[in-house]
Amino acid sequence: MLLREVDYARPGTLEEAVSLLAAHDGARALAGGQTLVNVMKARAAAPDVLVDLADLEELRAIGFADGALEIGAMVTYTQLVASSEVEVARPILGEVAATIGDVQVRNRGTVGGNVCVADPTNHLPPLLVALGATFTIRGEGGERTVSADEFFVGVYMTAVGEGELLTKISVPPSSGAGDGFAGLTIGKHGTYIANAAATVTEDGAVRIALGCVDAVPVRATALEEKLAGGDLSEGAVRAAAEGLGATLDPPGDVHGSADFRRHLAEVSAVRAVLQAASRRKGA
Amino acid sequence: MAEPTRSRTISVSVNGEQIEHDVPARRLLVHFLRDDLGLTGTHVGCDTGNCGACTVHLDGAPVKSCMLLAVQADGAELTTVEGLAQNGELTALQQAFHEHHALQCGYCTPGMLMSATALLERNPHPTEEDVRVAIQGNICRCTGYVNIVEAVVAAGKRGA
Repeated sequence: MLLREVDYARPGTLEEAVSLLAAHDGARALAGGQTLVNVMKARAAAPDVLVDLADLEELRAIGFADGALEIGAMVTYTQLVASSEVEVARPILGEVAATIGDVQVRNRGTVGGNVCVADPTNHLPPLLVALGATFTIRGEGGERTVSADEFFVGVYMTAVGEGELLTKISVPPSSGAGDGFAGLTIGKHGTYIANAAATVTEDGAVRIALGCVDAVPVRATALEEKLAGGDLSEGAVRAAAEGLGATLDPPGDVHGSADFRRHLAEVSAVRAVLQAASRRKGA
Repeated sequence: MAEPTRSRTISVSVNGEQIEHDVPARRLLVHFLRDDLGLTGTHVGCDTGNCGACTVHLDGAPVKSCMLLAVQADGAELTTVEGLAQNGELTALQQAFHEHHALQCGYCTPGMLMSATALLERNPHPTEEDVRVAIQGNICRCTGYVNIVEAVVAAGKRGA
């Protein structure tokens, strides 16, 4: 397919990348391109300038800083799946990444791309909200960090502004917490119709984020409070989650009505919490 | 600062041959391979990143060449289906495709071969499940996949 004409730059440093994004109206950062190139083909996006981040090695690193797991924005899903750091710190990230797209997509697609596209059906946004991740955004004026709860702003919209770049995502150490992820996909590793991510700490504090039911991941705060420090048996979690769906206002589409998504959100939340609870230290 | 340009001279290794070529920034890798280099073994199937017919290896990893700009491949080592057989001799995987009748119309075959070759490189003796996961990004509308999976497993048993 013939794309609209576009200018292309491949900066060698982060400073240069940010300057290019700031200097050109209609400039977009190009990571793995597994979404952007496709939406350019469909003319759903028509950037004037592509700033390819391919040469910015510092964005491809996975490491630890102050105990937190730091994942560069250009880390691919394949890297995440194979990472021993991820396996040790928060294995759920590798487990979920292994179910995104297919082998070819996982070889190119990046963590930064997944969250910056901010498609409401993407895998990582609800997971990173449940994990309490923080996002580092770089602009010409310097760096700032944003919590996961504030990072996702709307459909295809994040806290990353014009002329800014997401550089890394920090996930706090698990400290004995267990993590879970559940949902229903179209086909085995397909797009989610609804999903939920959960984290249960060693002392029983719970964080739950629901995906695909609104423009951005939805924290199930009322359920979190009901479950905190209490009984996390299957019966108890099911009983506590009853009525969660009724509090949501999800869209309906060809894959599922709004009511079906309410039901799926409730079931997914229960399964994610039970998985998380079974994996926490001492469970 | 590297100013944005509408085209770029890229340097790539394609099936072992070093190539320098000027390409417009908007050109997809699959069109560069097919139209600029004449390597028409790489097929354009869906053009939307779903079917995998355009799969090639970029630095050893299978990628869909319709979801990549040619300029993004600058500096990379590429292998296409034309790069599999050496001196006219089929690889064990290609031979297994032949013996197991792992194709009907043949349109998806180049992509299937590239995905399965990458699998066998990192997992020389895959199980049926391993094969199914590896070719998940490759769609075949003829065979129902059974013979394709059998061929890849057989190539693994043969020690490909």
